[in-house]
Amino acid sequence: MRKIWLIIQREYTTRVKNKRFLLVTFLMPLLIIGLIFGSAYLTSTGTEHRKIAVVDPNGFIKNSLKNTSQIDFEFPQNIDTSNYSSKGYTDILILPKFDSAKKTDYILRSKKSMGLMMQNSIGDKINNAIEDQMLQDAGIRQNVLDSIHKASQYAELKAYEDKGNASKESSAGLAMGIGYASGFLIYITLFIYGTMVMRGVMEEKTNRIAEVIISSVKPFELMLGKIIGIGAVGLTQFLLWIILITTLTSIGMGLLPADLQNQVTTLQQTNGQMGGAAGMAQASESAMRIYNMQHTISTANWPLIMGCFIFYFLGGYLFYSALFAAVGSVVNEDPQDAQSLMFPITMPIIFSYLITNMVTQNPNTPLAFWASIIPFSSPMVMMARIAYGVPSAVSYWELALSMIILIAGFLFTTWLSGKIYRTGILMYGKKVNWKTMMKWAFTKQF
Amino acid sequence: MDTLLSLQHLKKYYATQKAVDDISFDIEKGSIFGLLGPNGAGKTTLLRMITGIFYPDEGQIMLEGKPFNPAEDISKIGYMPEERGMYKKMKIGEQALYLAQLKGLSKADATEKIIYWFKKLEMESWWNKKVEDLSKGMSQKLQFVITVLHEPKLIILDEPFSGLDPLNANLIKDEIYGLAKKGSTIIFSTHRMEQVEEICDHIVLVNLGKKILDGTVADIKQQFKENIFSIETNQIDNIIDNGIFSIVRKEDNKVYVKINEGYDSNQVLTHLISNNHPIVAYNELLPSLNEIFIKLVESTHASARAFQNI
Repeated sequence: MRKIWLIIQREYTTRVKNKRFLLVTFLMPLLIIGLIFGSAYLTSTGTEHRKIAVVDPNGFIKNSLKNTSQIDFEFPQNIDTSNYSSKGYTDILILPKFDSAKKTDYILRSKKSMGLMMQNSIGDKINNAIEDQMLQDAGIRQNVLDSIHKASQYAELKAYEDKGNASKESSAGLAMGIGYASGFLIYITLFIYGTMVMRGVMEEKTNRIAEVIISSVKPFELMLGKIIGIGAVGLTQFLLWIILITTLTSIGMGLLPADLQNQVTTLQQTNGQMGGAAGMAQASESAMRIYNMQHTISTANWPLIMGCFIFYFLGGYLFYSALFAAVGSVVNEDPQDAQSLMFPITMPIIFSYLITNMVTQNPNTPLAFWASIIPFSSPMVMMARIAYGVPSAVSYWELALSMIILIAGFLFTTWLSGKIYRTGILMYGKKVNWKTMMKWAFTKQF
Repeated sequence: MDTLLSLQHLKKYYATQKAVDDISFDIEKGSIFGLLGPNGAGKTTLLRMITGIFYPDEGQIMLEGKPFNPAEDISKIGYMPEERGMYKKMKIGEQALYLAQLKGLSKADATEKIIYWFKKLEMESWWNKKVEDLSKGMSQKLQFVITVLHEPKLIILDEPFSGLDPLNANLIKDEIYGLAKKGSTIIFSTHRMEQVEEICDHIVLVNLGKKILDGTVADIKQQFKENIFSIETNQIDNIIDNGIFSIVRKEDNKVYVKINEGYDSNQVLTHLISNNHPIVAYNELLPSLNEIFIKLVESTHASARAFQNI
C-alpha cells in the first residue's frame, strides 16, 4: 500500500505542479465568468444611449413612452426626418394618426440601426398605449384600467413536483441545462484524463522506466497508482473550478451597479413579489433576470447533483481510464497504433454523449433507462437524468443499480486491463491488436 | 561458502518458444557471477524471473535458503535492466528519491544515501537537473546509483558498462568490487567477454534457453584448453614438428605448438632444451572466454534463434 501511495503522489504532484495544469485550471473559470459577466454588464448598463424624437399627432401615446436608462423620449416641435440628427437626436419616431380599423406602420428612422430588443420594447409600449386608449374610448375609466393591469400582469407558469404531500418547484429548463452541462463535462474529462493516463503509460513504456519500477512494485500497483493519481488531479481541478467560480461569481455580483444589486436583494427578501405589480415595475428587467436566475438555480437539489457528479465522474473515469491504460501498455512508440487501438474505447464515449443530448430533453424513455444502467454510458446519461430530480425522474433503485453496475464495471475493466498491462508493458517490438490483448487477459500469463 | 541464490529447474515457455528450459545453478554469497549468452538466449527472461517480474512456469528459486517471495524479497534485489529508463522531465534528485522509496527506504534514509553516493561519484551538482539534460553515460551512472542505493543483497546488472567511457567504466568497476567485498552478490549479464574474464568469479553460459556451461572462470579455461603452448625464441625456424608436439602456427618470434596425446608440457621443454633451442619464454595458452563462447554457441547452431513449436 505504501508503494501505491508513493506512485499516486508522484503522478499527482508532477502533474499539479506542471505549468499547463495551473494555466488551464485558473484561466478556464476566469474566461467563463468573464464572458458571462461581461455580457451581463454590457447589456445592463447599456453602452448605447438613444435620444428619440417622437412626432405624435394623437397625443395619448406620450404618457406611455416613459424614459428608461437607455432611451430618452422627447416630443419637440418642428422636427422631421431631415433635421432630427442635427438637433441632437439619434432617432426619430413618426406616429401616424391612429386609425383603429387598420394596422398602420409606425416609422422609426435612425442613423444607426437599433437592436431588436429595443425595437420590440418600443413597439410594445406603443401597442399598450393604443390598447389603453381604445379601452378608454370604449368607456372604461382610467382607475378600472389600472386595476386590470395590476391583476393581469406577469402571469408565470410554475411547475411543481409532487412529493407525497409536499411539492417542490421544478424547472425543466434548469434540469436540461444541468444535465447537459454535467454530461458534457464528464464527456470532456473522460477524454482528457483518459488520454492522460494512456500517454503516461506510453511514456513509462517507451523510455523504459517501466522495467525498473516493475522490479520494485507489481505492474498492477503501478497501473493503479497512475490511474488514481491522475483521477485525483481531475478532482482537484474540479474542486478548484468550483471554488473559483463561486468566488468570482460573488465578486462579479459585487461589480454590478449598486441600484441593480439593491433591487435584486429586495426581490430576494420579498420572495419575488416586491409589493405586487407596482414593485415589479420598479425592478428593472436586468434585476428581474438575475433574481429569476438565482431563484431557479436554488430550486435544484445541489448536494445530490454534486455528489452524483463526483461519483459518476470518478466511476466513468475509472471505468475508461483502465482501458486507456491497457491501450497505452501495448503501444510501441508509434502513436498511430494508439489511435487505432483507442477507437473501440472512444466510440462508446461519443455514443454516450449523443444519447445524453437526447436524454436531457426526454429523461424517461427506455433508451434513457438502459443507457443510464449500462456502465459504458451511465456516467453521462445518468447525470442528465438525475438533473430532473431523484426520485421523480430517476427512482432510488435505478440510481442504486446504476451505481452498483458502474462499480462492478470499473472493477472488471481494471482487472482486465491489469492482465493486459502486465504483459504489454514489457513487450517491445510486437504489434498488438485487441484480439491478442483479450487473449492475454483471459489466458494465464507469467 | 554460503549459497545466496539457487535456481532449481526453472522453466518458462512462451507461446512460440522455450525461453528458459530447465536451468539450474547456484550463486554464492559475495561472488561476482557472470550470466552469459548470445542475444535471445533467455538471459533477460531468466533475470526477470529472479527479480520477480515473471513467475516461472516450473521450478523453484531459493533466496537465502527460502523459496523466493517477490512481494517481500524484492527489496533485497537491485536490478539495472539493459534498457535503461528514467522519467525525462523529473528532477534527478527527486527521481532517485522516488525510486529508492519504491524499494522500501524511508525518505530520510533515501536522502542520506543518495547524498552519499552522489558525493562519491561526483554527481552532487546533478540534483536539480533533469534526466533529459544528461548524456548517455551520465544517466548510466545515475542508474547504477539507483540500483545499489538500497544496499541490496543481490545486485543484477545487465550490460552495466555499455555507453561508459573507460574512466567512468573503471569507476563503476571499482564500486562493483567494493560492493562484492562488503558482501553483496552481483549477477552480471553481458556478452563482453573480456569484462567477464576480468571481473567474474563464476560464470554460466546459456543458449537456446538451456545452460551449456557452469563453473569458475579458471576451471572453464582449464576445461577448454587445447594443450597449446607458446614458445618464444629467437630462432623460430629451427623448431619443427616431431612426435611430442605439432606446430600450430609461427608468429614473429613465437611458435605455437599443440602437445600430442600422451605427452606433457615438461617433455616438450626437455625436448627443446636437449635440442639446444634458446628459449626466452614458455607459456601455456589458455583459450579466452570469447573463444569458448563462440565455439560453444556456434556448435549449438543458434546465433540467430529460430522460433520453435512446443
